[in-house]
Amino acid sequence: MSINTEMSVRVAAITQVADQVRRLRFERVDGQPLPVFSGGAHIVVSMRDGTILRRNPYSLMSSPADSSGYEISVLAVEKSRGGSAFLHHKLKVGDTLAISQPINLFPIDQRGRKHILMAGGIGITPLMAMMDQLAREDRSFELHYAVRTRSHGAYWRELQARYGARRVHVYCDAEQLFIPTAQILGHQPLRTHLYVCGPAGMIKGVLGTATQLGWPRQNLHSEEFLAPPPGTVFKAVLTRSGKAITVHSHQSILEAVEAAGVEAPYLCRGGACGQCETTVVGCDGALEHHDIFLEPEDKTSGKKIMICVSRISGSEIRLDL
Amino acid sequence: MNIAFNDETFRDDFTFRNSPQAIRRFPFPFHEDSYMYAVNIEPHVPLARDSAYGTLIDVDEHYVAEMHDRALVLKEDPLRYQALPHMMTAQWDTLELLMEQQAAGYPELFTLTKDGDRWHWINRPLNIDQHFTFGDPATLPCEPLEYITRQAQGDFCLIDQRDGNLWMDAGMVTTQADWSLDFDIGMNFMEWHGPVPLAHQIGVFDRALKFLLNLQQGRPVRRLNWTMTINSRLDTSPENYHKWGPDRATVTPENVGHKVHLRCELQSLWRLPRSNGILFVVRCFLIKMEELVTVPKWGRRFHRVLRDLPPELADYKGLTRYRPTTVAWLARHDDGAPTSAGFFPD
Repeated sequence: MSINTEMSVRVAAITQVADQVRRLRFERVDGQPLPVFSGGAHIVVSMRDGTILRRNPYSLMSSPADSSGYEISVLAVEKSRGGSAFLHHKLKVGDTLAISQPINLFPIDQRGRKHILMAGGIGITPLMAMMDQLAREDRSFELHYAVRTRSHGAYWRELQARYGARRVHVYCDAEQLFIPTAQILGHQPLRTHLYVCGPAGMIKGVLGTATQLGWPRQNLHSEEFLAPPPGTVFKAVLTRSGKAITVHSHQSILEAVEAAGVEAPYLCRGGACGQCETTVVGCDGALEHHDIFLEPEDKTSGKKIMICVSRISGSEIRLDL
Repeated sequence: MNIAFNDETFRDDFTFRNSPQAIRRFPFPFHEDSYMYAVNIEPHVPLARDSAYGTLIDVDEHYVAEMHDRALVLKEDPLRYQALPHMMTAQWDTLELLMEQQAAGYPELFTLTKDGDRWHWINRPLNIDQHFTFGDPATLPCEPLEYITRQAQGDFCLIDQRDGNLWMDAGMVTTQADWSLDFDIGMNFMEWHGPVPLAHQIGVFDRALKFLLNLQQGRPVRRLNWTMTINSRLDTSPENYHKWGPDRATVTPENVGHKVHLRCELQSLWRLPRSNGILFVVRCFLIKMEELVTVPKWGRRFHRVLRDLPPELADYKGLTRYRPTTVAWLARHDDGAPTSAGFFPD
């Protein structure tokens, strides 16, 4: 059932756009157009870093209608698991990478009459593609964008220039300016949809405020990619392939499975989509669920695990893989 | 590939027929001698060129006659085409997909030329030559989904994805096995599958929904479904039940061969790029019993499948009344020999 639809791309440009943020532009090696996509979509970038294969999801920020190239932005993170550091320090213009087809877990609700977008920091990227799409379709939207300092915030100047200060509102932590969430969400017409992308705390806060104000759940949309958190070393036994592998402390089960040459399904690699749901055959230790996909009863049942972000504290897990 | 299009009807005098080549390429839906529901989904990739899987959007000898029949259905009942307002982006996605697939699969029949948003479409079998602006509905004679699905075989449903579910929010449905777009429009996946017996209890729809929510761009999938139809009628809709329902009482041992048809649906599902919606194509193929048994493996196998079908399924598919007569006729074409695995003729 596995068909490889990955595309080989060349790094066409690298631009430093803010403190710690780099924009990468990819174009296809074979000169063919890239697929058009929908605002909010991401791609999974596969990086060959020495002997290690790294795969990370990044939101597409370029125009969804532009098939000449894809652009992503990468934040330099202090405790990089490897992907961010590789893209910041090792990748050069002209290098080739493999990328997946676009996948959208954060789409625009096509029924919305008005769209409110809220971004924190690097969470701006999928919202940029959304705004491009909304503007081209002549639909009503406004952006509220929180940045730490003016120099940390990527893209706020060009977004204000492009869409106007009436539609693009910037709030700077360093200037004691914060998004007045309750004020914004308290006065919106019916059929307004809200999209939030940023740090987990921000998403939780904004969605909590919206819920308190009586917003229907169907009108609230958010996206958060979880990096697989580190933990202790353990053994994973793959019962179908008959392999026993070691999952290192800075590695996800999925990454260890792939490194052992076993194919496992995945889409988001961030605990959100449900594609890598795996049956737990047995476990000597405690499951540590980090995903936002499984229902609470699935998590307590001990029978399922999302191997892209979750792990165990203990000695061994046996998986139906 | 040059196709000689049949001059034939799917109503009144029912002159529909399959050529010997069309019989060989029929997508026979049974890979073994029995049948039960399953999530029988596989990647929609091309197989042998002379099969119904040769291209991803198939065009065959019935194309011109089927498009004519669709026009007749729409003239009598315009509600067979409907699209909710938020589906316009998905409509354009569908127009692009069908034009590109038809032009790539059958360059001698269809040509698509793009100059930015200014497109030029030529459909030779239907004598259509259209210049239009992609994204501007005013440049086409009707909405983009209606426009292109009047030129493509099969029924087409446009599915919106939101709130962790799929919603039937637009479609062109004129060749359906007793379901109604007018009734189902706006329903979600579980709602429109509500009437199907047995499958809910074994979790088929939970698994299928989970799978489809993660359907990926560039990786269409397909599955087969089937039923049976008396006379070669494409439009077996609830709206026209009074026309085709009584046909089921007209089967006799003498007329089974040309009156009773196996009806196979080659269904494909495509993630649409701009709208993030899903296009669900239900392409209907008909074959007469006397045509089916010209492939000995299919005659043997279909006899066994129909004979052993659980009664709930026979009822749901509406076969109960003429099943015994048809099984008796098919028995004459089943010598009891073993059949080989898989769908294709030996």
